Amino acid sequence: MTVSDSATRASDTIWVRHNRIDLAVHHLTNGSDPTHRPLLLLHGLGERTPDVVPPTVRWPGPVYGLDFTGHGRSTIPVGGGYTSEILVGDVDAALEQLGAVTVLGRGLGAYIGLLIAAARPKQVLGVVMSDGPGLVGGGIHPGSPSVAFPAPWSSSVPDPFALLELSRDVRPPDYAQTYVRFVLESSSLDRALMVCAVARPEWLAAVAAEPGVGHGTVDEALQFYAQL
Amino acid sequence: MPSDSASKTFVQPEGVRRPDRRRKVDAAGVMLSVAEWGDEQAPAILLAHGGFDFAETLNRFAPMLADGGYRVVSWDQRGHGESAWAHLYSWEADIRDAAAVLATLPDEPLPFIGHSKGGSMVMHLANVAPHRVSALVNLDGLPSGNNMPDVSELERTRMQRDEMDRWLAHRRTLSDKQRKPGTVEELAERRGRMNPRMSTEWLQYLVQVGARQDADGWRWKLDPTMRMGGFGPWRPEWSMLRLPGLGVPMLGVMGLEIEVMGWGSRPADVEPYLPPGAQFEGLEGVGHFVHIEQPRLVADLILEFLS
Repeated sequence: MTVSDSATRASDTIWVRHNRIDLAVHHLTNGSDPTHRPLLLLHGLGERTPDVVPPTVRWPGPVYGLDFTGHGRSTIPVGGGYTSEILVGDVDAALEQLGAVTVLGRGLGAYIGLLIAAARPKQVLGVVMSDGPGLVGGGIHPGSPSVAFPAPWSSSVPDPFALLELSRDVRPPDYAQTYVRFVLESSSLDRALMVCAVARPEWLAAVAAEPGVGHGTVDEALQFYAQL
Repeated sequence: MPSDSASKTFVQPEGVRRPDRRRKVDAAGVMLSVAEWGDEQAPAILLAHGGFDFAETLNRFAPMLADGGYRVVSWDQRGHGESAWAHLYSWEADIRDAAAVLATLPDEPLPFIGHSKGGSMVMHLANVAPHRVSALVNLDGLPSGNNMPDVSELERTRMQRDEMDRWLAHRRTLSDKQRKPGTVEELAERRGRMNPRMSTEWLQYLVQVGARQDADGWRWKLDPTMRMGGFGPWRPEWSMLRLPGLGVPMLGVMGLEIEVMGWGSRPADVEPYLPPGAQFEGLEGVGHFVHIEQPRLVADLILEFLS
């Protein structure tokens, strides 16, 4: 990032409260048209919002990135207890601040993007579901039960409990399909969901097979939503 | 608010005994308060309370088991009673907390008992650690997939959506949320709406052992950010399928009166899943809180089963 970029770069962080967690929402750029609907980046499991907008992400307006609970600069909770539904609450708290957005989700963020689009169809105008860590989740039904303690990483960020618990998150295909239908029934868009991931775990294959769900590259999907 | 509530003397229900000991267990940074009744050298029983209850709801039932010759070990689950409020709550976290308590007990198989959510928890824990369990008692904590037989698929989907909406609406209200204060009578009356079969005397007693008195009134010692229900992929059959493979003696006790906190399961829903040789008791005229409505009957069933 150079000084000449400063006109388009806004590096401030908005802090959003979700229950006892302070969530970092990074304002990465205003883009060429600051009045355009923002793009919200949802990172993959164990990732964080990148420092700058990745060169592969072309968007005309502002770009924000949310650090999920236990990731990046957001609060690290004590004693675990993560669920995907909690992360949906994270995004909902961010939407309260940001208003209507288009979502670009990587891996876990793609799954969360689907759920929040179902919950807030008026505020989530398009979800781009792309490859990334945490895309698979914990399979379509629970495995043999065990009590899991995280690996003793030297670092506490991302929270080792997040890495552990959110990789065991069960995602039945028909559960995911139900949320696709919520989205398609409520959204004003023709293609409110775009599956761009190459990897297709069972839940995502079920989503991709639903009539009305779009397909393409991440760039094609972003340009489609940018023109709306 | 009546000002004399604090100085009033409330009737102490017959046979109640507060825990003989309290101790703390650190569960991955969440401080849990363990409550014990009975001789510390006696064989231990692990006893899990239900959701939105706390260990001292067992103040009449647990001493009966202790007097039968056991060291009864319960704990306040995270967010409940004397235990710490957590940042996050989940089934997996509750199971890990239970394992942390279990890890403090002598390293030999012992009976697990649980009511409602606690019943499902110990069933899960018995699958996690079959080498630590000698017998399993489930008190009205057996879910079934058949508790909404009259609801169409479309209606179920709509309910799923409503539940998600309500859950997110709840999440938006949580910052600095506090429980509503009140007099002992008011808190008892509020709890009575979810526990309609319990006596006023018992409910008022629970306030005194399960609530704290602030300057503006009493508040339940329950994290106000916890909520019943929620949305997620969980299915009752996932719990039920843990049941047939249990390798230890099992006693299931079910209250046959359907009520608000109960799970709506009927004996016919459960019986196909019982492990070979399991003992199952359906109690006529008893609601979800079988061990509170009929503590002597249920304690005797358990003591006989364990002998």
